[in-house]
Amino acid sequence: MKLGSIMRTGLVAAGLLAGAAGSAFAQGAPIKVGILHSLSGTMAISETTLKDVMLMLIEEQNKKGGVLGRKLEAVVVDPASNWPLFAEKARELLQKDKVAAVFGCWTSVSRKSVLPVFEELNGILFYPVQYEGEESSRNVFYTGAAPNQQAIPAVDYLMANEKVQRWVLAGTDYVYPRTTNKILEAYLKQKGVKQEDILINYTPFGHSDWQSIVADIKKFGSAGKKTAVVSTINGDANVPFYKELGNQGIKAKDIPVVAFSVGEEELAGIDTKPLVGHLAAWNYFQSVKDPANEAFIKTWQAFTKNPKRVTNDPMEAHVIGFNMWIEAVKKAGTTDADAVIDAMIGIAVPNLTGGISAMMPNHHITKPVLIGEIQGNGQFDVVSSTPLVIGDEWSDYLPDSKDLIADWRKPMSCGNFNVVTGKCGGKGK
Amino acid sequence: MLFLRQLAFLLSTLASVLIAGTAFAADLPALVGGLTAGSFGDRETAVGALAASGDARAAPVLEALAAGQLYVRKSDNAVLIGKPDGNQLALTEAITGKPAGSGSEAGLDRVRVNNRLRGIIEAAVGSLTLMSPDPRVRRGAAEALFKRRDASSLGALDTALAAEKDPRIKRSMSEARAASVLASDAPTAQKLEAIALVRARADRDSLGVLVATAASATDPEVKAAATAAAGAVRQTLAAWEAAQNVWYGISLGSVLLLAAIGLAITFGTMGVINMAHGEMVMLGAYTTFVVQELIRTSAPHLFDVSLLIALPLAFVVAGGIGILIERGIIRFLYGRPLDTLLATWGLSLVLQQAVRSIFGSSNREVGAPSWMSGAFQLGQINVTYGRLWIVVFSLMVFVALIVVLRKTPLGLYMRAVTQNRPMASAMGIRTPRVDALTFGLGSGIAGLAGVALSQIDNVSPNLGQGYIIDSFMVVVFGGVGNLFGTLIGALTLGVVNKFLEPYAGAVLGKILVLVFIILFIQRRPRGLFALKGRSVE
Repeated sequence: MKLGSIMRTGLVAAGLLAGAAGSAFAQGAPIKVGILHSLSGTMAISETTLKDVMLMLIEEQNKKGGVLGRKLEAVVVDPASNWPLFAEKARELLQKDKVAAVFGCWTSVSRKSVLPVFEELNGILFYPVQYEGEESSRNVFYTGAAPNQQAIPAVDYLMANEKVQRWVLAGTDYVYPRTTNKILEAYLKQKGVKQEDILINYTPFGHSDWQSIVADIKKFGSAGKKTAVVSTINGDANVPFYKELGNQGIKAKDIPVVAFSVGEEELAGIDTKPLVGHLAAWNYFQSVKDPANEAFIKTWQAFTKNPKRVTNDPMEAHVIGFNMWIEAVKKAGTTDADAVIDAMIGIAVPNLTGGISAMMPNHHITKPVLIGEIQGNGQFDVVSSTPLVIGDEWSDYLPDSKDLIADWRKPMSCGNFNVVTGKCGGKGK
Repeated sequence: MLFLRQLAFLLSTLASVLIAGTAFAADLPALVGGLTAGSFGDRETAVGALAASGDARAAPVLEALAAGQLYVRKSDNAVLIGKPDGNQLALTEAITGKPAGSGSEAGLDRVRVNNRLRGIIEAAVGSLTLMSPDPRVRRGAAEALFKRRDASSLGALDTALAAEKDPRIKRSMSEARAASVLASDAPTAQKLEAIALVRARADRDSLGVLVATAASATDPEVKAAATAAAGAVRQTLAAWEAAQNVWYGISLGSVLLLAAIGLAITFGTMGVINMAHGEMVMLGAYTTFVVQELIRTSAPHLFDVSLLIALPLAFVVAGGIGILIERGIIRFLYGRPLDTLLATWGLSLVLQQAVRSIFGSSNREVGAPSWMSGAFQLGQINVTYGRLWIVVFSLMVFVALIVVLRKTPLGLYMRAVTQNRPMASAMGIRTPRVDALTFGLGSGIAGLAGVALSQIDNVSPNLGQGYIIDSFMVVVFGGVGNLFGTLIGALTLGVVNKFLEPYAGAVLGKILVLVFIILFIQRRPRGLFALKGRSVE
């Protein structure tokens, strides 16, 4: 992980992306927008795309004349998949570059690392990735899914439609899978699933030899009850995992696997024909037929000059987050952090799946939950979708957090209000 | 479930109708049209209606639907089957099978299916194809029905059993029949007979059937028999599981061997702590990717030999870069292990980022040639061809390396230089050249490993990182400077890992192995097979 720090490519690649159109009306110094995504190291595989999508959004906005009559300017930094470096770079963006907002982070540990910096310097962070919840900060807007917007609806779908009775919870060994699995375990037990029908398995980052684990899953699945795997396996380990599933002949109709970290981008490196029917739960799929989505894909493929470039869920989260920020800045009439943070709540913008997503007082947004099945062409077919769901930051299924709520409207202004004791401040941050 | 039974009943009637050779045409176009509209639930009903129509032309339509190849043309709502043909789809009319030109996905709407629907279609097609003239299709149908264990398929199975000649398929069918009997309300005697039949099969699927029977049976006699049979099957499976762990261990060991064997040369015999070794593996994998890309675009018929073409190229690419590294950096750092470590570590990052800049940060797809895809059953062990070939390949590389070291002049020089440099130099061996070639050989072998690893791991810039620690572990454990030590070390670590994993979990398993090696090194600081006598500098 530390390797990246030695090799940061270009400290600040500040790109002046002034579009030609509409520049006549732009006055004043440009508004700076920070982009804090790893461009090198292990997470570059996922995060580079998000940097590109931000550059595209800023370029498009500038074509429309920017905001408040000022152009936007992207400030790109590379935290190189190095968690402490994320905090350093965040500080640099806020103090040196004085950016109005930052779009960034992928892993939960990187978010936890920058959180104190944003709170200390009163910055704004838009975090676009599905995460484990159990957090709400005044300075962060969570545009990815909370567990109730992804994991729980997926389990519900499998119970209702595939009559699953036995569950394998397989994950990579770090905070997001562990917390998600804790929530899921509590939820399943509440639904009457017995302990012996739940198998929990953790593997290290980048695990590549899945033979015995897949054999174990097969064994667990031969107990005469319908079995499913809920996968919070993250990053690179997914490709060998899915290859091994295909190799050992585990078909989706026998033991379906539902994944929370596998999207179009991750499937790009695999032959998906043996995987047809395995599932993923997200709030967005590239295959969703919607005019806004089709326009977005077109712009994206033109921007990247690659007609095969795929889109995915965290990209949509950045689109929503960016549009919300623009609206909030317009509403506040300034880019001042306090004014924008207050203006954000209640802002509603169209998402890319035909609905309107709104920023809630807990700094999470409303999103539809889509369940998709993998197709032979590396895309997903939506087989189930829910209406808009409000992100629940403090899970109702964990004893520590079920009494907590977050509400950043005045006068409460609290990220962990305990409804039982009536006091702000409980467990967690 | 009620619906399923009805469906299967209809299908069994349908099967008997087909035997009689009189397929009757219902309003097929309307029924096929029904498949393409409405929700998944509506589609289930439509599948049932279509199967019930008893029209032989329904089977290919259903199969296309399950494969996701059924389309509706937007312009005229015609139902078409589209098979991929390059970037286009070769279209045929669904009902008549007449060619309907080709088209792209843009003008077509694909009819969607989900897992549940796929299962129902498979059962429907399974019942239909029990009478197929192709023995493999019949067998597949019987296996599908065994897994579905649905009382309503009994009729179709009885008809098919009566007509079946092939003893193996007959056995599959009677097993499927037994599973269906256990799901029905047949008398106790029949059920006991069925349990014996399923027990004799003794695999995972039969265990599933027996456990489910034991759980749901109301008759105490059946329940006891099923429980006993399940116990017996479990015992058989446990023995197979141990054998399976050994195989998985050998397979993991062969991967470790491949990754480590190049390092056994550069680190083991030359003493260079080469942290960029993993990146040589990665370069080999990317060479494979480039070769496959070229083949895909210019000579698709060569795809099956793409790996064979990639092997020498990967060796040359990785070996060439290895020589450049040795001449450019490492030769200035001989005898300074810490500096070498840092320099090669930095180099590994440079190589990673270079590859990231050229190929992008996302994973690249390297396909498996047909002779490396698929698997076969060895008893209850599932052996995949890909893994099997990797085991064979790693042993081949190992033998080839031994031959090079023992039987060629280069090998002789290499051994001479590593054993006593001044003496070798005095004998007229150009030691710097031998150093470069030795390093090149080690790197080239890492490149070969990359070709094999591209089949099982991500082809991404981070590929090498995952193997560098394991490789060092294998070489140190096996004994620095001893190739046989590397072989034994890799296989031991592989097998130990696989036996620990089921009990300790993957994370703890790795930790335990590491602790074991640390303790082992305390006892035997020079590894399993220490080199005797005067060794490396």
